[in-house]
Amino acid sequence: MIDVRKETNFGLREVTNEKKFLIIDCLSRYCHIFAPRKDIFLLKKQQTVYMAFPKRLSIPSLILSILLLTTAITNKVSAQDGKFLFSQNCASCHAINKKLVGPALAGVEDRWPDKTKLHSWIKNNAAFLKTGDPYANNLYNEYGKTAMNIFTQLSDKDIDAILGYISTTAKAGSGTTTTAAGDPNAAKGEESDNSLLFGILTLVLAVIALVLLQVNSNLKKLADVKEGIRSAEPVPFWKNKAYIAIVVVILFISGGYMTTRGAISYGRTINYQPVQPIYYSHKVHAGINQINCQYCHIGVYQGKQATIPSVNICMNCHMAINEYKGAKIYNEEGEEVNGTAEIKKLYKYAGFEEGKPWDATKAQPIEWVRIHNLPDHVYFNHSQHVKVGQVACQTCHGEIQKMNEVKQFAELSMGWCVNCHRETKVQFKDNGFYSIYEKYHADLKSGKIDSTKGVTVEMIGGTECQKCHY
Amino acid sequence: MSKQHWQSFGELNNSDAYKQSVNDEFQEQLPFEADDKGFLEAKHPRRDFLKFLGFSTAAATIAASCEIPFTKAIPFANKPEDIVPGNYMYYATTYVQDGDAVSVLAKVRDGRPIKIEGNDLSPITKGGTSARVQASVLDLYDTARLRFPTIDGNEATFEDVDKAVAAGIAGLGSAPIVILTSTVVSPSTKEVIAQFIAKHPGAKHVVYDAVSYSGILLANEATYGKKAIPTYRFDNAKVIVSLAADFLGTWLSPIEFAKQYATGKKIDEKNPEMSKHIHFESVASLTGSNADERFLHRPSETGAIAVALLAAVNGQAVTGIDDAKLKAGIEKAAKELVAKKGQALVVSGSNDKNVQIIINAINEALQAGGKTIDWSATYNTKAGIDSDFAKLVDDMNAGSVGGLLIFGANPAYTWFDSKKFVDGLKKVKLTVSFSGKADETTQLVKFVIPSNHYLESWGDAEIKTGYYSLQQPTIYPLFKTRQWQDSLLSWSGATGSYLDFLKQYWSAKVGGASGWDKALQEGVINPSTIAAAAASFNSSSVAGATSAIASYKKAAPNSTELYLYQKVAIGAGEGTANPWLQEMPDPVTKATWDNYLIVSPAKAKTLLNIDLTNNGQADAYEVKPPKHVVSITANGVTVKLPTLIIPGTHPDTVGIALGYGRAKELGKSVFDEEAGISVGANAFPFASLADGTVSFSIASVDLKDTGDKFPVALTQTHNIYNTAQGNRTEVMKELTLAEFKAKPTEILEDREAEVKPYGGLENYRALGTIYPDSMNDRPGIKWGMSVDLNTCNGCGACVVACTAENNVAIVGKPEVLRGHEMQWLRIDRYYSGSDLDNPKVVFQPLMCQHCDNAPCENVCPVAATNHSSEGLNQMTYNRCIGTRYCANNCPYKVRRFNWADYTGADSFPDNQKGIVNDVVLNMNDDLTRMVLNPDVTVRSRGVIEKCSFCVQRLQSAKLSAKKESRPLEDSDIKVACQQACPTNAIIFGNANDKKSNITTIRKDNPNRLFLSLEQLHVLPNVTYLAKVRNIEEEKKEA
Repeated sequence: MIDVRKETNFGLREVTNEKKFLIIDCLSRYCHIFAPRKDIFLLKKQQTVYMAFPKRLSIPSLILSILLLTTAITNKVSAQDGKFLFSQNCASCHAINKKLVGPALAGVEDRWPDKTKLHSWIKNNAAFLKTGDPYANNLYNEYGKTAMNIFTQLSDKDIDAILGYISTTAKAGSGTTTTAAGDPNAAKGEESDNSLLFGILTLVLAVIALVLLQVNSNLKKLADVKEGIRSAEPVPFWKNKAYIAIVVVILFISGGYMTTRGAISYGRTINYQPVQPIYYSHKVHAGINQINCQYCHIGVYQGKQATIPSVNICMNCHMAINEYKGAKIYNEEGEEVNGTAEIKKLYKYAGFEEGKPWDATKAQPIEWVRIHNLPDHVYFNHSQHVKVGQVACQTCHGEIQKMNEVKQFAELSMGWCVNCHRETKVQFKDNGFYSIYEKYHADLKSGKIDSTKGVTVEMIGGTECQKCHY
Repeated sequence: MSKQHWQSFGELNNSDAYKQSVNDEFQEQLPFEADDKGFLEAKHPRRDFLKFLGFSTAAATIAASCEIPFTKAIPFANKPEDIVPGNYMYYATTYVQDGDAVSVLAKVRDGRPIKIEGNDLSPITKGGTSARVQASVLDLYDTARLRFPTIDGNEATFEDVDKAVAAGIAGLGSAPIVILTSTVVSPSTKEVIAQFIAKHPGAKHVVYDAVSYSGILLANEATYGKKAIPTYRFDNAKVIVSLAADFLGTWLSPIEFAKQYATGKKIDEKNPEMSKHIHFESVASLTGSNADERFLHRPSETGAIAVALLAAVNGQAVTGIDDAKLKAGIEKAAKELVAKKGQALVVSGSNDKNVQIIINAINEALQAGGKTIDWSATYNTKAGIDSDFAKLVDDMNAGSVGGLLIFGANPAYTWFDSKKFVDGLKKVKLTVSFSGKADETTQLVKFVIPSNHYLESWGDAEIKTGYYSLQQPTIYPLFKTRQWQDSLLSWSGATGSYLDFLKQYWSAKVGGASGWDKALQEGVINPSTIAAAAASFNSSSVAGATSAIASYKKAAPNSTELYLYQKVAIGAGEGTANPWLQEMPDPVTKATWDNYLIVSPAKAKTLLNIDLTNNGQADAYEVKPPKHVVSITANGVTVKLPTLIIPGTHPDTVGIALGYGRAKELGKSVFDEEAGISVGANAFPFASLADGTVSFSIASVDLKDTGDKFPVALTQTHNIYNTAQGNRTEVMKELTLAEFKAKPTEILEDREAEVKPYGGLENYRALGTIYPDSMNDRPGIKWGMSVDLNTCNGCGACVVACTAENNVAIVGKPEVLRGHEMQWLRIDRYYSGSDLDNPKVVFQPLMCQHCDNAPCENVCPVAATNHSSEGLNQMTYNRCIGTRYCANNCPYKVRRFNWADYTGADSFPDNQKGIVNDVVLNMNDDLTRMVLNPDVTVRSRGVIEKCSFCVQRLQSAKLSAKKESRPLEDSDIKVACQQACPTNAIIFGNANDKKSNITTIRKDNPNRLFLSLEQLHVLPNVTYLAKVRNIEEEKKEA
């Protein structure tokens, strides 16, 4: 496959993400369905599986997943909502099992004397503090009187979803907190293990059913012989039309499901987590050391690209920080990563020799492997979302502060974008630009527009084609 | 009012071919072979379809072994502080080409200049640009640019060349070195040249302009004692008379003049007054087409007309003019001029010193000095004197020139006697060219040291006295090139670079480093306002000039004269190698990719036997692209060219455009590899030296119809369409100033009458349809555009600007011949009235009208085109499946279909070889593609595209307003065509904003405002302001 987006960069170092030189490449789009990646050598072992499929997806588990599809969907909704809301609203200050700016939230419901109080605290803590609640005031003082943000836009349902997410995660995490760092895949593995279990169970049940059917027909035959009824020559089960029909139907449905699913998700490299030239841990930088995202990704408020930091930005800190002293880091394979050695790799790119003054002109750019790829016919601007829309980084990138190595969190599909545009409120009252929407302002006042839902991106035309495709 | 407008002769006659052509959107058949064999026996029967289907599936499966592209994200090693990747920046610089200098801003995206815009701070061009300025950014990425210095055609390093040239100079002995340039506008470069001359005794600097203004310069020397060209103030002139000066298109400073001219043509509805423009010319030009009144004459009569006009202005009788119409024209012009003394201006495009002396005398008699002619600032852009160069050629032939350093001049192509120049060049020992491309002269020299493109260069320009414009590089030189000033400096023994020199030169003048930085940032240094000044006139030469003109030989009554003119886009050949300019339809002829012989309808009758009033003959000429090839012989030169019949041309004059027939080394746009012929033919050899100046008119030529035919890619008959509701010509409305004054509401009433059956204008929007108004009650933004047909002069700057901004594909001549041109914005040229020989002309820019009730939207089977809440008619390329229903249903014919993969946006790069023209493939070169705007998707084959109102600019403007938390303002947005327009004819903005320009202009011009094809109830978001022509009475049509 020829990378048609390849272009010469005369005098340019930055490879930008808006090379819109190619638009409709349906062929190349669908030609990856069964395609193993050529860049396999850069990928982890688990990810050498075909990109379009969930890994280790077996036929039985698939059949089962069809059977369980409906229940699975209904079960997942609130937890997913909670996760989304948590990462969007809480994650910048709170972790579930760890104290950040705010307290660790595991068991928060048990700690609070009253659920309604907790709700009103979350919604508007400043107002709740004024009620003189002793628990709240203690908490406030304990955390150095750092005021929590106000979340009046969260409904009770939202808060329940968040709390639900916290309690399930806390429970799931309580056993694995220690291993989480060592094996971040553990939680993820659980799901597929379950489906394997269900799959085996289904298979066993199916075999039992088959055996019982055979037994039944044999018994019937024996009874017939006993009663002297002549029966037709028995048809072996592989020639039995009923069986064949059932198998064909199952194969057709499952095959169709897999193909469609594969085709739709083709090119959506969710969970893509390539090996980078330097083992750079966001967890260490943004998580443990609380470095603001914008410190390195300086473009995020200003332009289209968040921008990957240039070497001189890394060197701002790493001129001084030349060894890693934090907790041990383990990569996806569970091997320990030598943080100090990784810093030395940076020095090599920077052309920096310890103990000597650094000559920035000697620096070479680091060739990172690109993870988030949008199609070329999509216009995406970070500043539009982060500065104007006030969307948290985690909404699209996941809990990046907990990832050692970055992986693609969202599927980055059009449906995913559009859904968010449908639900997300614009900063309608705060941003002066929207003052021209007089009708909506009037409708908000008169209650014609539900003020809890607010004016969504969709209402100002955010789902129209030419907002992203031009 | 209801005046007949026509675009083609077929339309005028309502011929059969015309009637047929207006029936279909796409005038060609589908590429299937029609036969009567039935489905199975057909060339591609149903089974074949299944085979193809099977093959595609199999191919897709095989192709499935491809992997997802593995991409890298490489940040800067050290990010420059003020650069945000993905954001564009504007750098002020100066477009300089062969003496033309325009202050511009270069839009730079991630290190690449991708678009040129006008610099608003320049008091000369006031942010206006021309087609050539807009297209200049593509020249930067021209694949035919020279990439390294050469000695005798072999690559060499700068050190080698410097050494060899130094040795060459040392070996010259007493033979002088001559620096041959086009007009140098840069004061610092003049200083560099002076240093070089000081170091090399005997050296001199000769200025040669391909199309020089020697006549004016010499005439001004004779009458005003200054060899300079004063500033013309068309904005102060109420009456303008031009003797074939194409001042809106190519003459002297067209952007500046277009802007000034437009101020006189803008109409205040409450007090309708406008300037009057009377034009005398031989071959239809852009300026002549815009004139209120146009009179035709033979080129040889120019002098006589000038003398007669002088006499008439002085109150004497007009003598020496035989043509009664022309005589009346001169008398009328004189009458108008005298009535507006002090507010009148006469200009002439003649290069004849005597004619220009008479013109000066006329202006003096009209008291133009200090009012419409301002001597306080004179142009530095045209300084070449033809006789100087002629003398140099003689010297070269005499062997008395030792070295020749050439920059910006290409006499081997542009000098009429190029053979003599080439012969002389062979006798020069040391020849050096600094040309960036292997032009005709550069191919003949020993040392070639390519200079940088202007976007890679440092420099300055003094466009007019005291009006400076600075040049800064916007990209690191792409190739091993070096500014020619650096070469001169190093050969003069200077140690520093030209940049050091420039900084030093300016620092003192602008107040140190900070002053220099500010000047660079703004790009211009303007003088404090200087009062307009007159110059003292010395009339002693007038009598001599009059008698000299009287002695000119009169043309024999039956002779045919030839007039060589410059095209707006091509100039004297500067634009030939630029595909954007080649594909821009010429405003007057609507032809692309060629030059041709222009003849009048009367001449066509005698020469080609084509009677345009005869339906059959008009169709035979017009419908098929091949045109009669005529051989033109004069001065011992013969050229064969196809013929176009252009009304507005004198019956005994034919015209040929300069600038074609270039050397094939200049690129794919000048040479057709397949046919093995260059594009067009060179007309320079027809010129001659008369009285020391080059004359581009030839008194007598022989024309012979060769009987051959050659296709010319004309766009004038493309995109015509009639609907059941009315003809396309109704997109236009125009009236005369007299009519407008007498009855201002005429157009309003006309509109009212058109929509009366549907509830009248007031209720039309609601009652004209059975559907609810989707745009009703929409809060927020509603985009709208207004085009003033009075100030639009059809120059085409917007067409090229749109091409550059929106990555519009170049399709090449074979595709234009088939009507496949892709430009989103076209300028329709309408003739009006039934005077076939000299009709009135109206230009109408037509782009997607973004109809609120768009007929294209509801026929799209896949909803690839739909309406946005902001009133945009959105086109979503990746949804489009290419049914072309939309294009068929569009009454304006503004949708374009990608018939081939013009942009190479395909996974397989070379799959278009042999399908599209070489020049199109050349546009897909990695180098050329650097010009693409990364914010706009490049479309691939099989999708429809059209004007998007520059949605990428709208989105970016909204974003910047949102970031600053404030409502959108007019100053946030300028769409590409609006930005480029030198006359501000295009206004764009938010029509929901009561304070915006678009709302104001619509409110202030209720009587001129009209919507094209309003009666169709498509509810366009583009409004037009009707053309008002300043003529007293309209001759009633029969």
